[in-house]
Amino acid sequence: MGVVIEFKNVTYLYPLTDEPVIRDMSFSLEAGKFYGVIGENGSGKTTLCSLIRGFAPSFYKGELEGEVLVHGKPTVDYGPGELSLKIGYVFQNPFNQISGVKDTLFEEVAFGLENFGVPVDEIEDRVLEVMKLTNILHLAEKNPFELSGGQMQRVALASVIVLKPDILVIDEPTSQLDPEGTESVFKIIEEMKKEKKTVILVEHKIDLVAEYADEVLVLKDGRLIRKDATAKVLTDMSLAEQGVQLPQMAILGNRLVESGVPLRYIPVTEAQACEVIGEAMRKGGK
Amino acid sequence: MAYIEMRDVSFEYPGGFLAVDNINIRVEKGENLAIVGQNGAGKTTTVKMLNGLHRPSKGDVIIGDMNTKDYTTAQVSRVVGYVFQNPDDQIFHSTVLGEVEFGPKMMGLDEETMKKQVDYALEITGMEKFREENPYNLPLSTRKFVTIAAIIAMNTEVMIFDEPTAGQDLEGNIRLGNILKELHRQGKTVITISHDMEFVVANFERVIVMANKKVVTSGTPREVFWNFPALEQAMLKQPYVSRVCHALGVGEDVITLEEAVAAIRSRCV
Repeated sequence: MGVVIEFKNVTYLYPLTDEPVIRDMSFSLEAGKFYGVIGENGSGKTTLCSLIRGFAPSFYKGELEGEVLVHGKPTVDYGPGELSLKIGYVFQNPFNQISGVKDTLFEEVAFGLENFGVPVDEIEDRVLEVMKLTNILHLAEKNPFELSGGQMQRVALASVIVLKPDILVIDEPTSQLDPEGTESVFKIIEEMKKEKKTVILVEHKIDLVAEYADEVLVLKDGRLIRKDATAKVLTDMSLAEQGVQLPQMAILGNRLVESGVPLRYIPVTEAQACEVIGEAMRKGGK
Repeated sequence: MAYIEMRDVSFEYPGGFLAVDNINIRVEKGENLAIVGQNGAGKTTTVKMLNGLHRPSKGDVIIGDMNTKDYTTAQVSRVVGYVFQNPDDQIFHSTVLGEVEFGPKMMGLDEETMKKQVDYALEITGMEKFREENPYNLPLSTRKFVTIAAIIAMNTEVMIFDEPTAGQDLEGNIRLGNILKELHRQGKTVITISHDMEFVVANFERVIVMANKKVVTSGTPREVFWNFPALEQAMLKQPYVSRVCHALGVGEDVITLEEAVAAIRSRCV
């Protein structure tokens, strides 16, 4: 698989600050994979997203050392608007996403396509398809500002997905959603993965990261302290000691092993837990 | 009579949208209570009726000896503090200190009492170090703690938190849990809306489940999280450890990690 995003010794400072929020970070992301980005609040997750999308430093200014490459080319060398075609960015706060100039949801979701000069027939088809996928079709005639926080998060996601970017950067898309709504957002993101999109997702709900992500990046104080396959990262008790939240299933697995229940491996998802604990129970014979 | 009573309460927004449909809720003084349910179930509208931001369209909301119909929002909010779901709906001062002082000032507290309550609120929420900061220079998850401090500083009898865990990391969740425990220990009546079932199990004695504008059931976390018809109606899932125990057919009342380990272990070793 080809590398789509690469960080080479990246250090970044916001303007008028003394402390870098990203420190000497190097890694690469491959096409078609789903990456979960985790870490405490203030560890640099949102800034990492801004760097990938080029908002830092182009919009936020500040000082960038090292290089952020998208498809092999430094983000600072892209022309204005060029990266917006390649990278869809869903903001943490959906209010930042909504254009504020459209009266209905349908128009809001169509806004980006209009700007790109897509023919009207195609716009209609694509908008309807995406609104169906994100379960907001019944709201099509509503004003974007009449919506609940959870609905607005789905609108923000829809207005980005509709542009069909190859890379999706999504910053905490489910903070306002109930568990059902959260699952539905993850299912939408999984659909994007099936379409071979590269997904970079910042998310605190670690049990869902465990379920869906291929790899996990762990940030702490602006540094990348771990990047590896999801199951490896999320079963690592030494990370838990550094304040990284592990999935409920990994904690349960570790506690069972400590208490003398032999498990073939430490699970991170509910399905894995049922499998591996089920095995242990059959062996236990009770 | 319970300390808080909502009797046959409905609420219709202007324009006719019915958000809460004939609910009855009783809360004893000093209880700590969680409200769970889907987006749109009516949770936020319900708690806004408790602090007088909304008046019921039908029925009565009684807090102690006050029927909220007969009092102003300012009067009710001296007894019932409400922390908004979105901190930006609440924050309007240019410093954290100004924001946290505002409530106690409006209550007309004397200087000394006010200072004591404000200092305490800043300390327990961990906001002391941001006293002079503009709240909007702080991340959303920290702004949430500023709004929590603003309510704690008013030292109201009842405190309501609307989705305090949204956007919080592990440390934030633990800090919130500690704040709730301390308020409960002080005898405050605490009502919290949450989507995080693990957080609910860890921090609350009683859970009210709402679905489609109505109260579906109420009980201890153990009762509620093994009440499948109620969970299904509210489209809620059990906590993770309960789900695994249910799937494996062990410990049909497990809600905590410790209980899950014990139940599974007893079947293996």
